[in-house]
Amino acid sequence: MPQSAEKILDHAPLFREPEYRKMLAEKKLNFECPHPDEIVSDQRDFAQTWEYREKNLARKALVVNPAKACQPLGAVFAAAGFERTMSFVHGSQGCVAYYRSHLSRHFKEPAAAVSSSMTEDAAVFGGLKNMVDGLANTYQLYDPKMIAVSTTCMAEVIGDDLHSFIQNAKDEDSVPRDFDVPFAHTPAFVGSHVDGYDNMVKGILEHFWKGQERTQVEGTINIIPGFDGFCVGNNRELKRLLDVMGVSYTLIQDASDQFDTPSDGEYRMYDGGTKINEVKKALNAEATLSLQHHNTRKTLGYCEEVGQATASFHYPLGVQATDEFLMEVAAISGKEIPEAIRLERGRLVDAMADSQSWLHGKKYAIYGDPDFVHAMARFVMETGGEPTHCLATNGTSAWEADLKKLLASSPFGKAAQVWAGKDLWALRSLLFTEPVDLLIGNSYGKYLERDTGTPLIRLMFPIFDRHHHHRFALFGYQGALRVLTTILDKIFDKLDRETSETGVTDYSYDLTR
Amino acid sequence: MSREYENDGALHAKLIEEVLSHYPDKAAKRRKKHLNVAKSGNEAGGESEVLSECDVKSNIKSIPGVMTIRGCAYAGSKGVVWGPVKDMVHISHGPVGCGQYSWSQRRNYYVGTTGVDTFGTMQFTSDFQEKDIVFGGDKKLEQIIDEIEVLFPLNNGITVQSECPIGLIGDDTEAVSRKKTKEYDKTIVPVRCEGFRGVSQSLGHHIANDAIRDWVFDKKNVKFEAGPYDVNVIGDYNIGGDAWASRILLEEIGLRVVGNWSGDATLAEIERAPKAKLNLIHCYRSMNYICRHMEEKYGVAWMEYNFFGPSQIEASLRNIAKHFGPEIEEKTEKVIAKYRPLVDAVIAKYLSRLEGNTVMLYVGGLRPRHVVTAYEDLGMVIVGTGYEFAHSDDYQRTGHYVKNGTLIYDDVTGYELEKFIEGIRPNLVGSGIKEKYPVQKMGIPFRQMHSWDYSGPYHGYDGFAIFARDVDLAINNPVWDLFHAPWKRSRGDERAMAAE
Repeated sequence: MPQSAEKILDHAPLFREPEYRKMLAEKKLNFECPHPDEIVSDQRDFAQTWEYREKNLARKALVVNPAKACQPLGAVFAAAGFERTMSFVHGSQGCVAYYRSHLSRHFKEPAAAVSSSMTEDAAVFGGLKNMVDGLANTYQLYDPKMIAVSTTCMAEVIGDDLHSFIQNAKDEDSVPRDFDVPFAHTPAFVGSHVDGYDNMVKGILEHFWKGQERTQVEGTINIIPGFDGFCVGNNRELKRLLDVMGVSYTLIQDASDQFDTPSDGEYRMYDGGTKINEVKKALNAEATLSLQHHNTRKTLGYCEEVGQATASFHYPLGVQATDEFLMEVAAISGKEIPEAIRLERGRLVDAMADSQSWLHGKKYAIYGDPDFVHAMARFVMETGGEPTHCLATNGTSAWEADLKKLLASSPFGKAAQVWAGKDLWALRSLLFTEPVDLLIGNSYGKYLERDTGTPLIRLMFPIFDRHHHHRFALFGYQGALRVLTTILDKIFDKLDRETSETGVTDYSYDLTR
Repeated sequence: MSREYENDGALHAKLIEEVLSHYPDKAAKRRKKHLNVAKSGNEAGGESEVLSECDVKSNIKSIPGVMTIRGCAYAGSKGVVWGPVKDMVHISHGPVGCGQYSWSQRRNYYVGTTGVDTFGTMQFTSDFQEKDIVFGGDKKLEQIIDEIEVLFPLNNGITVQSECPIGLIGDDTEAVSRKKTKEYDKTIVPVRCEGFRGVSQSLGHHIANDAIRDWVFDKKNVKFEAGPYDVNVIGDYNIGGDAWASRILLEEIGLRVVGNWSGDATLAEIERAPKAKLNLIHCYRSMNYICRHMEEKYGVAWMEYNFFGPSQIEASLRNIAKHFGPEIEEKTEKVIAKYRPLVDAVIAKYLSRLEGNTVMLYVGGLRPRHVVTAYEDLGMVIVGTGYEFAHSDDYQRTGHYVKNGTLIYDDVTGYELEKFIEGIRPNLVGSGIKEKYPVQKMGIPFRQMHSWDYSGPYHGYDGFAIFARDVDLAINNPVWDLFHAPWKRSRGDERAMAAE
């Protein structure tokens, strides 16, 4: 009997005990009707070949292990970045349970959102009644300052019109007439979560800005961070940099406090976020900057429409990307980049120089959201690494073109390949046929790490199986220092593991590296 | 070890009144029917073994905008019933999200070479685009099945798990499945589990059960010689290895588990199930339908059992053994005796650390009652419980478990649960990921009772030891005493202050 009260074994050790091994082997043999071992190992080997890769990459319809989610997730995340805002997702209720779980599993935080709980009758008659009742209940129970409405694919397929539904609900006194209910249609069958983010932020800006007169205040800047699982660390680092510079700015959509509430006995359903007054005033800003170009195209387009200057970046991570961002901020705000920040930059470069021998020539596969992949590829090249495979399931042809231009600008990008629209099962074939030293992505990459032996570095949403990384910044020089350290740790840990066998490899088990 | 205690029914009735007063009238009227205080069995006039009456409305539509914790039919079918069948490819048919959010989250453990002969921790989706909505997705589905056959030829079957749009745009996944079944001579199962069907996960379970009946049973000539002690375990999804910790006991008492539904299951285990002598059903809510069908059509008897905590394990083992006669009964007593020292040692270790601690539960369709005695075995007290998607027969069964005065909440809303927890301040809450962090912020220990909080197994004797350890580590971790900054005010009871 393997279990004892003194030393309680949970699943990880328990099922490796002989009793269970025997039981499972017999289950397989007697009851599972498995394929013969040889057939299984042949297929496993075949799946590592170029021939399998070609079939795999030739897929036209089937998607396996994609690295993207659907629009409303982005909308719910976006709404969480505004003061006391409740997400109200119009459509089937199961979706909302999924978004909330997904966000909670990553942030290890509460994630509130409500559904209009449409069922079969709503599929036939439309969901107006659900909207009318739902807004009234949400308003009454959860005391929001704003309710941000988005849609599941059910509501989109039956064609519910949010604008008129919300109007109707106000006519029926579900919420006060002047209560803010911005909305965005977020069909799950178009784009991905980054587009849902874009649509929701645009919907909120339109709600507050439409029909308002704009009086430009020179030197003021709006900054939109984009969908970012590292918003907690990143936004705080961003604000620190801008405060050090003395810039007058509004961070539009800031979920850093919402997804990092303290434990002190009180559950805060709402915390932090861009104040509604600030959103209103943000119309007057001279410029709006997006930190994730491919994540905010519609929103930035709208900002241009209202007369603001705009600029966009690809997730300001690393030396030159941070340089460019700060210089743009300096140019618009008229503020100089202070010496303190130049020193930070110097310290990052110093660290990169200290470690360059361990990083030069390392090959990487990078996947994730489009701007993140762009940013990581750029930083990897700054360290002398080669971004061999750059993959974004939700990457567009415009992203592909942007990234190829970047890769062409450096000798370290010459051999790089860009994979727009491909999934992680495709990446599996790429890693088997053209292996790399390191894989950068999110928790889903652990299956690639297991199957291909490529060490995984988790730097991208969602991270379910490691804790608290998102609380630290990736943005700016400080963030890059952390990314650098994370990559180096992975390299050193692997080297130590590979050289730790006493009497066999331990001559390379160096004390100083 | 059924403990004697009563709960504060008056307080609970007051809490119900308070939360209802906060709703708009229409919603208050509807929610009122879902909340109640369990009355003692005698008062309620039930059978002698019934401890209480838990009379609430259930399995009806959630109210819009109240933050229901429920999921959908797709979650019930793909997430619960079909997803764990390991040698089949389960296509999340529709847009990308549903498959993505449910990918690898239920912890249905299995053994196999993933991506080669097993597919459990993978996400197969048809990733619907606008053109698929406009022109229909049947052609795409055919192509997907073709591509699966090329890349994953060792799959033993495919299921098509419909997401919301499929039913709305009028796709004929049944026709595609029939056509491709013929073409590949393989089991292909269309499941009409669109998320808008029904009111919760529950209809998805039912639809998934029906799909087994209609698309798997009697479709092949199953060559299997049944023995006298053959049983199926039904409704054990092997979360954290639960089914394995159960199987080892059933084998020890002399039974042969020919199929486990559906944790760690292969299609073969489902196909030959009707040949077994007895169906042992753990999760009654999600799989009673197919048990009733097997009883009617194939004459396979079924029996509910409970492998949470030693009291229920012993009772269940004896009950199961009785079905097979003296030989098995004798072995069963030996097995119970064999594990008794482990049980005693676990209880000796944890009872003093946990005794009298109060627990509130809010889980799916089985555990809100099934785990009650396991806590009581550790000396703990269940003060409130409720289900996401139970039916009235579940609440009836709940009366066999909970005591007079227990707070009962069906399809609880985020608002209600928070207020109930605030009002009762139990020592532990057992619920899901969405509830975990709000509760912990309040300074109250929490365990996820869907995923076992990444631990497990909790079934069987091996599982009980882990359960006891986990409950102890949740409640007795020092972090709960660190919530208050000492300079804020003079010290009292830290936890009581955290409540303010």
